[in-house]
Amino acid sequence: MTRFKELIARNQTALSARRKTVNALMLSLTMLTTVLALIPLFWIIGYVIYKGTPSLNLDFFIHLPRPIGMDGGGVLHAIEGTIVITLLASVFAIPPGVLAAFYAARNPNTTLGIALRFGTDVLSGVPSIVIGLFAYAVIVKPMGHFSGLAGGVAVGILMLPIILRTTEEMLKLVPHTLREGSLALGAPEWKTSLSVLFPAALNGIITGFLLAVARAAGETAPLLFTALGNEHYDIGQIITSGVAQKQTLGTILQRIVDQPVDSLPLTLWKYAQQPYPERVQQSWAVALVLMIFVLLVNILARLWVEFRKR
Amino acid sequence: MLKYIKLLPKDHWLSRTRRATGYGDIPWQALLISSSFLLMILVLAIGVMLWNSSADARHQFGLSFLLPTSDASWDPVNNQFQAWPFIYGTLLTSLVAIVIALPISLGVAVFLADLCPEWLRLPLNWLVELLAAIPSVVYGLWGIFVFLPAFVAPVGQGLFDAFGALPVIGVMFAGPVPVSGASRLGAAFILTIMIIPTITAVTRDVLLAIPSSQREAALALGATRWETISQILVPYGLSGILGAVILGLGRALGETMAVTMVIGNSIEGSPSLLRPGYTMASVIANEFAEAVTPLHTQALIEVGLVLFVMTLLLNLVARFLVWRVTRRMPQEARV
Amino acid sequence: METINKVEVKELAVFYGNFRALYRINFAVKSNKITAIIGPSGCGKSTLLRSFNRMNDLSLNARVEGEILLDGEDINAKGVDVVDVRRRIGMVFQRPNPFSKSIYENVAYGPRLYGVNRKSDLDKIVEGSIKQAALWDEVKDKLHKSALALSGGQQQRLCIARALAVEPEVILMDEPASALDPISTLRIEELMHDIVKQYTIIIVTHNMQQAARVSDYTAMMMIDDRRAGRMIEFDETQRIFTNPKDKRTEDYVTGRFG
Repeated sequence: MTRFKELIARNQTALSARRKTVNALMLSLTMLTTVLALIPLFWIIGYVIYKGTPSLNLDFFIHLPRPIGMDGGGVLHAIEGTIVITLLASVFAIPPGVLAAFYAARNPNTTLGIALRFGTDVLSGVPSIVIGLFAYAVIVKPMGHFSGLAGGVAVGILMLPIILRTTEEMLKLVPHTLREGSLALGAPEWKTSLSVLFPAALNGIITGFLLAVARAAGETAPLLFTALGNEHYDIGQIITSGVAQKQTLGTILQRIVDQPVDSLPLTLWKYAQQPYPERVQQSWAVALVLMIFVLLVNILARLWVEFRKR
Repeated sequence: MLKYIKLLPKDHWLSRTRRATGYGDIPWQALLISSSFLLMILVLAIGVMLWNSSADARHQFGLSFLLPTSDASWDPVNNQFQAWPFIYGTLLTSLVAIVIALPISLGVAVFLADLCPEWLRLPLNWLVELLAAIPSVVYGLWGIFVFLPAFVAPVGQGLFDAFGALPVIGVMFAGPVPVSGASRLGAAFILTIMIIPTITAVTRDVLLAIPSSQREAALALGATRWETISQILVPYGLSGILGAVILGLGRALGETMAVTMVIGNSIEGSPSLLRPGYTMASVIANEFAEAVTPLHTQALIEVGLVLFVMTLLLNLVARFLVWRVTRRMPQEARV
Repeated sequence: METINKVEVKELAVFYGNFRALYRINFAVKSNKITAIIGPSGCGKSTLLRSFNRMNDLSLNARVEGEILLDGEDINAKGVDVVDVRRRIGMVFQRPNPFSKSIYENVAYGPRLYGVNRKSDLDKIVEGSIKQAALWDEVKDKLHKSALALSGGQQQRLCIARALAVEPEVILMDEPASALDPISTLRIEELMHDIVKQYTIIIVTHNMQQAARVSDYTAMMMIDDRRAGRMIEFDETQRIFTNPKDKRTEDYVTGRFG
């Protein structure tokens, strides 16, 4: 037999103490890194609240921008723009995303299923500015002008992988007994998917959608040369003037999306770089609005998941 | 049309499908499959578009577009376009970000996966996710007005004082240090903060996927928690952790707004970390909407192509690595 | 050789939060003998086994009352070095769990922890342990190949070698052969007979034939109506299987239930 016990007897107490110290040290180090990683989170949130709150007032939300020096300007154009772009993006992203997810959930091992998962992963890794370039080439260039439509397409492409992935995961979580029960009753595949699987997975799908929206609302890069920005964007005015001129619904809708559109992050970006302190002030306020929105959606999504677990 | 299907021979694929599914299933399947194809084609379409729309620029500049020549310049007025300053800026800031982010992310992931008390687990995970959810422009705004003056400028100055005069590496820390702090260093720091959540989340998932029998075997031999983590778990999950790092790198390469707001946007001759710089994403963001000539636009799109290819390759390698490590693990979940 | 008590268990109770998993266990494990713990599923056999090397400490809200004496000293006392306890009391698990390293490095892992660094020392220890685990002939030419390439039975013997490398005094085995084929099982049982001269072995098994074949003493456990595990009988294996005192033991070993 080996002399193991003799080998280690000599230095065991010292070694043991050293191992314990290293253990304690390293564990505290990981705690330290966690604190370190979270410092910026609180720093940013703190500053955004501190600098943004003074500018938040009613005017901010319901008025268009006013020239420097005049009071009462707001970012209504950006809020409306964000809503329009997000709506468009959702319309573009949800149908293919959800449908493809149905396919992926049912056929994870076919060539198409594997390629689909692969393609989604790749798509989610494409930088958002490159997607903006794509939307530019495919929509702005042929149409000859920047538009909210192009911006919606760009952001829609960004939302697609998120929606697909979360929908697929939710569909997979539905117990297969549910599906089999429906099929056993004689319901065809498509009816089972729509009437049984989809409602069962709906909550999770909505959560995924909310998270995708939170992400989409904060995107700037793809809008820089698609939606471009538009300080005078005013949906209310479009609608009232349209009604007054007896335009069709189609024309009014077209006027809403077929012109350059602004958005909250885009406005933040522009105002932050202007030499006027009022504009910089406003960009902090926009940042605050964005942060509140993102936080709310995240909390909502989180609560939804917890609520579902009960 | 359905009644014609009945007239088809029994082993025709259309009639087999019709019998196997039920009416309405064919349009449903068609819908699903076409959606799936759409998605996959999208990626191809992006690549093809980038390729085609940069054709003139590619033909005109060829390989010199990418090469790191010392007089590489980007001059829209004289139609002279070389992307090396941006490639350098992107690579430098991203790599520095990875170097700083890696140990921090590892520490956080280890803490979250193995050492964190149960009640703290969910809130901490959520906080880390929140870091990832902050929009890039907000990071940029905070960067310009708060982070740069308060942190980057003094650190930059300190680095300059410490290393600026040294031979060889002094080049990387050469000054003059911008008073505002807008520099490649600032971009690197902001990127660090932004990619920590990515690397942490994937690493944490890799560690959690390691079967607990490995932990138990090590502990039963008398290993301390740290010895178990560093000598058994991390080596076991190493390729997955590597995948996490590469994913983080991919994210850093493509990050646009925050970087643009803090990097200074200048085609700087000096390679120094402390000087302002430019990245591929930033130049596209700044110049595209007001491109001077068609060639300018094409050159910018070519920059986008380079960026696309880089992130594509990284993404593929990363996904492969993560897949390889999680596939190797037996199906027992963490107890 | 006089049989002394290597491990004594006195009034041991284990709680997970408010749930009592083990109820007042009392028995003694004799030195250089094989003691088997049997009983139906879920009766707490594994919990009891894991108390010996304090692996229960890893579970949420685990609490231990009573005493477990190793050579007369309570392993749960304040200030006891749990790392040392785990070196002196080794464990082999139900499913083989070799590290993702070479065969050599798996066995050398333990000694390295305790400061053995010289190649000559490690070589000797690795060879000695693998030989004791009756695995040497099969792996001596491929010590530096991955341990994961071995068969299930070989991996389990490797895990035994790994446990032996730090020269424990007690070896705990948690159903060590349940994931293996009958031939590998027999090899491990032979192994146990060979090494018990130097170690004290405590084995948990749901296989009664195995317990009868292999052990000198047997402890019978069952779950009570509050789902706590109790030891209902402890005796020499001969007597437990031919003339048990408790009717429940008799029912179990004759296969009437369980």
